[in-house]
Amino acid sequence: MSTEIEVSLYVLVLAVPLGLELVRRVSPLLHTPLMSLTNAISAISVVGAILVVGTKGSPKLSEVLGIIAVAFATINIVAGFLITDRMLKMFKKKEGGK
Amino acid sequence: MTPGVTQAFWQIAYIVAALCVVLAIKWLSSPVTARRGVFAGELGMLLAVIGTLLRVGAVNLQWIFIAMVVGAAVGAPLAYLMPMTSVPQLTALSHAFGALAAALVGTAEFYKDLAEGHPTVGFKMFAIVVESLLGYLTVTASVMAFGKLQELIPTRPMTYKGQNVINLTLFVIAATLGIWMIVTPAPVWVFPSFIALSALFGILLILPIGGGDMPTVIALLNSYAGAACAAMGFALENYVLIIAGAVNAASGFILSVIMCNAMNRSFTNVLFGAFGQAQAGATAQVAARPVRSATPEDAASILAGARRVIVVPGYGMAVAQAQHKLRELTDMLTKRGVQVDFAIHPVAGRMPGHMNVLLAEADIPYDRMHEMEDINQDFAEADVALVIGANDVVNPAARHDKTSPIYGMPILDVDKAHTVMVIKRSMNPGFAGIDNELYYMDRTLMLFGDAKSFVGEIVKELPKN
Repeated sequence: MSTEIEVSLYVLVLAVPLGLELVRRVSPLLHTPLMSLTNAISAISVVGAILVVGTKGSPKLSEVLGIIAVAFATINIVAGFLITDRMLKMFKKKEGGK
Repeated sequence: MTPGVTQAFWQIAYIVAALCVVLAIKWLSSPVTARRGVFAGELGMLLAVIGTLLRVGAVNLQWIFIAMVVGAAVGAPLAYLMPMTSVPQLTALSHAFGALAAALVGTAEFYKDLAEGHPTVGFKMFAIVVESLLGYLTVTASVMAFGKLQELIPTRPMTYKGQNVINLTLFVIAATLGIWMIVTPAPVWVFPSFIALSALFGILLILPIGGGDMPTVIALLNSYAGAACAAMGFALENYVLIIAGAVNAASGFILSVIMCNAMNRSFTNVLFGAFGQAQAGATAQVAARPVRSATPEDAASILAGARRVIVVPGYGMAVAQAQHKLRELTDMLTKRGVQVDFAIHPVAGRMPGHMNVLLAEADIPYDRMHEMEDINQDFAEADVALVIGANDVVNPAARHDKTSPIYGMPILDVDKAHTVMVIKRSMNPGFAGIDNELYYMDRTLMLFGDAKSFVGEIVKELPKN
């Protein structure tokens, strides 16, 4: 097993329990914003898309697929963060906090 | 910048981005710090993108930029123009976009390696296989879920003979192709076939699922999209992708487990997409039993005399957009000294937390919204339980009727309240197609009508009392 794979697996086995623990603490009140926020965060796959498009010597097919991926990931990022914030702005503790 | 400095910069950007992702979810745990969490998420994303752009240098920069502008131009109006009742649809669509990006990157990587004369095999191919399977499956499944939520396709479960056998066969074929590609460079047709099978599998997975099961499915698709992202991290040896993907996968997983528990369904049942089956079989038996119905005037006078009212919202409230009228009613009752609380079942609505968002939209303070476990014992002390557009989550049959498809599902104990009022359009049974004995109880008053206009009429009648 190469070192890279080993380190990747270490990262995974630490990230999963951390994620479970973090999410368990989120109040059910905010489960919808949680979902849209994590969804926006998962669009960090835009990093992979940029790497494919931006690396010299990628074949045309890969470049085109990568550019489409950048566009879709960006929709996901922008829509995800904006709607999360729009929802969270609505949560108020006291009456008449408009 | 020298290459060394550039490398140090993007590496640090990635590490800080990973930290931001973790902090984003941490801060989201409470409504007080939640918006800070969004900011952390945005900052992390920005750093990851800037770091990556520095890393790749100037290749195809103009195309990347154009794609981002197009993406932002589509994404921003999507987030601002969608009404809050459509959040489940938007979320489903968002999953589809994110998963498509992940899937396309996997495909692009595969063909890049192929063109460079060293076809992907072994561990990297394993990562690409997982990424593509989950990615393409999530794309089509999410689009199907969107269609069902938007009611473009029928929301009832669509079943046919041998469904599970066909699904399983498809999955086995896809898995075989996947293993073939991992072990050795396979013929050119294998990868496209694998993609097509994954996409088809996603469609078949959603067909048998009814509207009421959507919360579980959306959470599950959220998890799949995250897992695809983490798999991409393995393929590209990129840790920030692994961390963000794993956190997202964990989040979706927990939410779907919570949804399963709230419906008393096993998780394996969900994983194999076999749920919805029980409901399909259960035909509605609408017995011609007498019910007591009441007018808005009756309802208003009962509410005026109450000291404590617990409102139970369900999907019907979302459909009727009744949350704003409900807020007016709440205000009036509160002014008269009535204590009004909201009891929210975990699977009320079409996604986890759906009802909370709608009530918050109507300016109902969040400390009035209570989880099932916290408020269930209070129903016995409540003068009125007002059920708006909820059905299965308040069906007492879940407690005692072993033949009921929802037997064992935790419910809100509205039948313990002194008076139960149910706003409902007609006596048609809900999504699960199960008759609700709550409606035939002596202490139950049926308020027939559209939730929004009925609550509006109660608001008009209330001052007369």
